[in-house]
Amino acid sequence: MSLLKSRETILALAIAALLAAVASRFPGFVEPGNLARVLTDTSPLILLALGQMAVILTKCIDLSVAANLALCGMVAALMNGAGVPLPLILLAVTVLGAALGAVNGLLVWKLGIPSIVVTLGTMTIYRGTIFLMTDGAWINAHQMSEGFKAFPRAVVGGLPVMAWIGIAGVAGVALLLSRTPLGRAFYAVGGNPHAAVYAGISVGRTQFAAFVLSGALAGLTGYLWVARYAVAYVDIAGGFELDVVAACVIGGIAIAGGSGTVAGAVMGALFLGIIKNALPVVGISPFWQMAISGSAILIAIAFNTLGRREPGRIILRQAGAAE
Amino acid sequence: MSTALRHSERQIPDRLTRPAARALKSWESLLAIVAIGIFVLNAWASPYFLDPWNLSDASFNFTEKAMIAFAMAMLIIAGEIDLSVGAIIALASTVMGVAMTAGAPTPVLVLLGLGTGLACGAFNGMLVARFGLPSIVVTIGTMSLFRGISYIILGDGAFTGYPDSFAWFGQGYVFWVITVELVIFTLAALVFGVLLHRTSFGRTVYAIGNNSVAARFSGIRVDRVRFILFLLTGLMSGIAAICLTSRLGSTRPSIASGFELEVVTIVVLGGVSILGGSGSIVGVVLAALVMGLVTFGLGLLNVPGIVMSVVVGALLIAVIAVPRLWAMARAKSRKR
Repeated sequence: MSLLKSRETILALAIAALLAAVASRFPGFVEPGNLARVLTDTSPLILLALGQMAVILTKCIDLSVAANLALCGMVAALMNGAGVPLPLILLAVTVLGAALGAVNGLLVWKLGIPSIVVTLGTMTIYRGTIFLMTDGAWINAHQMSEGFKAFPRAVVGGLPVMAWIGIAGVAGVALLLSRTPLGRAFYAVGGNPHAAVYAGISVGRTQFAAFVLSGALAGLTGYLWVARYAVAYVDIAGGFELDVVAACVIGGIAIAGGSGTVAGAVMGALFLGIIKNALPVVGISPFWQMAISGSAILIAIAFNTLGRREPGRIILRQAGAAE
Repeated sequence: MSTALRHSERQIPDRLTRPAARALKSWESLLAIVAIGIFVLNAWASPYFLDPWNLSDASFNFTEKAMIAFAMAMLIIAGEIDLSVGAIIALASTVMGVAMTAGAPTPVLVLLGLGTGLACGAFNGMLVARFGLPSIVVTIGTMSLFRGISYIILGDGAFTGYPDSFAWFGQGYVFWVITVELVIFTLAALVFGVLLHRTSFGRTVYAIGNNSVAARFSGIRVDRVRFILFLLTGLMSGIAAICLTSRLGSTRPSIASGFELEVVTIVVLGGVSILGGSGSIVGVVLAALVMGLVTFGLGLLNVPGIVMSVVVGALLIAVIAVPRLWAMARAKSRKR
């Protein structure tokens, strides 16, 4: 019974209904090959949503993920141009992403600045840094080595590496959240910060760790993005942070912190990914995407918040009776 | 009683001690000094700065954003935030564009711009105040929704060819170098200054921001005040949309993107606590001047727009970080 009522089940049903609706007119959309393509295409969103989820669990928000992704992607492209081998690039962008996340985390942890202000600021700073590095120049496909571009597309066991990285990210974060002290601390800090302190958990340090995780995933995704689309410039993934937050909100991650599951975040991302891929198939202009994800955020947040709202209290019984 | 007050989180005495000394040490006077400093620096760095027409042009750097910032300041003081203001401008501008294409005269365009702003504000306000949803997520959602509707209507196209009479709002002059936008900005500053600092409504905004539960228990209709504040923010975004559309003479769905960042930066730079409960309109006016002078000065030095937004972002963080670092350093030295 509780399984039927859970948000994840409802979301899974919504995704199934969405797929069925598209498949009723375009059966090709639900063929395994195409579903694999959708999964691959949604991997960046899934990876970022996992990091964002950790941040939101601790009562924070990270609006700088897309800018972080773009900056790390550009660094990856520049390193590739300088002849750095691929494994080193992967390591470097993940570390750089984690460092950028650590900047957010330190400002939140050590100075107690609200995360929305910090990441609104670092969002423009990180993106501006790309411009400062490149003077607004593009790095195009012909300036990238074949190995650099081919890695995310290389097919292993029927799926491209990019999809496997997404799956590995899901598994890793699921393990982290359910099986490690840090993962439980994310929930504890968001659920009740005061109780967390009494339980010996440092709220600030936990938030810092969440930002580092979010940053590292954004950094890694930066490489995947640039290599897959074979182009790097200042504005790649512009506004993508909204999709990431949307995926989390749709997935039932409570914006007040402390509640949410990996399955929810992944399904939230898949929901948006399926819509994005289905729009051109059913012949709707891609310009509808933005309004649809906006509506999905609003419906999801209304659904999540109204479901758990406490009833009001009558403090003046007579006045209540007189009405 | 006095010891109890001292231990409470926020001290709210009946009367502040030594008002003159406090005024001198206040954030607002610091901002005024910074504004004058930047003004002098600019005048020294560029020979073109002190031209009245140049300065009048420079005012466009902040007038539209500052109009919204006044309403946003009240919203943030009440403990809420509206990240959809840039998207409201895009939608209002698109609605005006549709009407213009259908041949609507200027007064109708203006009414539609204001009406769209109000409608968007009412939508945000309803979701936050009536349904009790958190304003950050709601306005992130409506930010996508409002601009998304603009994209649906416009795609990659644009509306151009607004009537000549419509150009008055963004390009007209009331007197010599005094632009229409500057007059609207000044009027808005006065209206919001009086509303926040001289009316009971303004006091309730502070009360809600400091403790919304206590405010509710003292008989303030908290949800109605929140709704009105979102309505005001929508209205000011509508006015800004009219000015911006008139000034640019065209509408694209990407119009006013990133405005929310600059508006919030102006508000926070103006000394409004992002956690709610304190701040003043004078501070916001001064912050708008500082931002305008900084961006204009950088523009004269041929600094590209994206670098300016880096400066804005850094400013946003530094403005909150520096006083906290200062307080931490002082606390540390006192311990020793």
